[in-house]
Amino acid sequence: MNNVITTNIVRFIVLVLAQTLVLNNINFLGYINPYIYILFVILFPIKNNRMLFIFLSFLLGLCIDLFLDSGGVHAAACVTIAYIRPLILKFSFGMIYEHQTIKFSSTEFGQRLTYFAIITFIHHLLLFSLEIFNTSKILLILKKSLFSGIFTILLCLLITVLFSQKRK
Amino acid sequence: MQQIINFLIRNKTFLLFLLLFCVSLFFTFQSHSYHKSKFINSANFLSGGVYESVNGIGQYFNLREENQQLLEENNRLKSLLFNEEDTFNGLSTLDSTFTNRFDLTPAQVSKNSYSATNNYLTINKGERDSIRQDFGVITSNGIVGIIDNTSNKYARVLSILNTNSRVNAQLKNTNHFGTLKWDGVSPKVIQLTDIQGLAKVTIGDTVTTSGNSTIFPKNILVGEVISFKLNETEDVYNINVKLFNDMTNIGHVYVIKNRDAKEISILNNPDE
Repeated sequence: MNNVITTNIVRFIVLVLAQTLVLNNINFLGYINPYIYILFVILFPIKNNRMLFIFLSFLLGLCIDLFLDSGGVHAAACVTIAYIRPLILKFSFGMIYEHQTIKFSSTEFGQRLTYFAIITFIHHLLLFSLEIFNTSKILLILKKSLFSGIFTILLCLLITVLFSQKRK
Repeated sequence: MQQIINFLIRNKTFLLFLLLFCVSLFFTFQSHSYHKSKFINSANFLSGGVYESVNGIGQYFNLREENQQLLEENNRLKSLLFNEEDTFNGLSTLDSTFTNRFDLTPAQVSKNSYSATNNYLTINKGERDSIRQDFGVITSNGIVGIIDNTSNKYARVLSILNTNSRVNAQLKNTNHFGTLKWDGVSPKVIQLTDIQGLAKVTIGDTVTTSGNSTIFPKNILVGEVISFKLNETEDVYNINVKLFNDMTNIGHVYVIKNRDAKEISILNNPDE
């Protein structure tokens, strides 16, 4: 149990620093940045205290906002995906989730991709709509969410593959 | 009463979510209005400190370009100095109250962003270097933005690449003035609006600050006109201006303090 807490604390700090110091300076094609800090929300243990989980996600978003001067957009997006995560889990993993025994490294690739993609696109849509906050620029919002979303999903999958614990 | 408490306990997760969501929305809306984002900004001890220490490393990669820029600026200033006797006949030194109206403080940018719609910069000078809200920030090539929040050691700059930013500017050769805004599309192009339809605008015209506000002195470079058109009612121009400054690559900046700002603002708003 202690191990899980330490892992998540380290993950929190590393993701915030990586996001703000490295990934936000990529600006691929001028505006595409991956937002991989949502890996914290994606990979948070499934057996959890939901209140704590939602609060931690809020804190994560607020930390990112603090560094990026974006008001509260990241916090809002993070809290939302944390709140609706059980729904998405049930949708993408089906029955296995009910038994609360899944490990992300042992699930099928297709299911994992659906799960990552749904969370990422909901997060990005909310993030960019709040950031741009202008209905006349809805195309810009969709364009940004789509391209940044693809970038984020790719990076998230790569990172989870690279850092997954080796099983015997 | 029992039922209310039961309801609260049953829906505690949803209520917590709602509360936190509203808090973040509150921060978001606050950040949309100038001067109000007091709590969440990168000019604080933590993020300012982290950015500065990381920037200490990143700075080395741009040394060559920075040197080149400083050299060019030195060159320009030297040529001004050597030619001064011919052009000004020493007149500029006569009026000492005028020449000392503006104080400049050099600073280093520790965080820059240009891909969002509301961009801010963080610089490594703050209140202890007597930097306050509403001071202008420029580089040797042109304007950068306006100080909007300060902490003891750091300050946050509202970039001109921010949809909330409004800066007074004019066409250099006609003195018609208007407002600089940004539409959030390209970090190289900003929009100059409210220029009178009577004005003669040509492509390639230089746009400078107008000196009508207390923030920037007159004749700070902004950019050049690349395209323009009249609005629907044909009374004012909307002009696209290509910035002289490369906002994606900013190292050294100068913060301008207008010593007379207080006096001018009291004169304009005698009630306050």
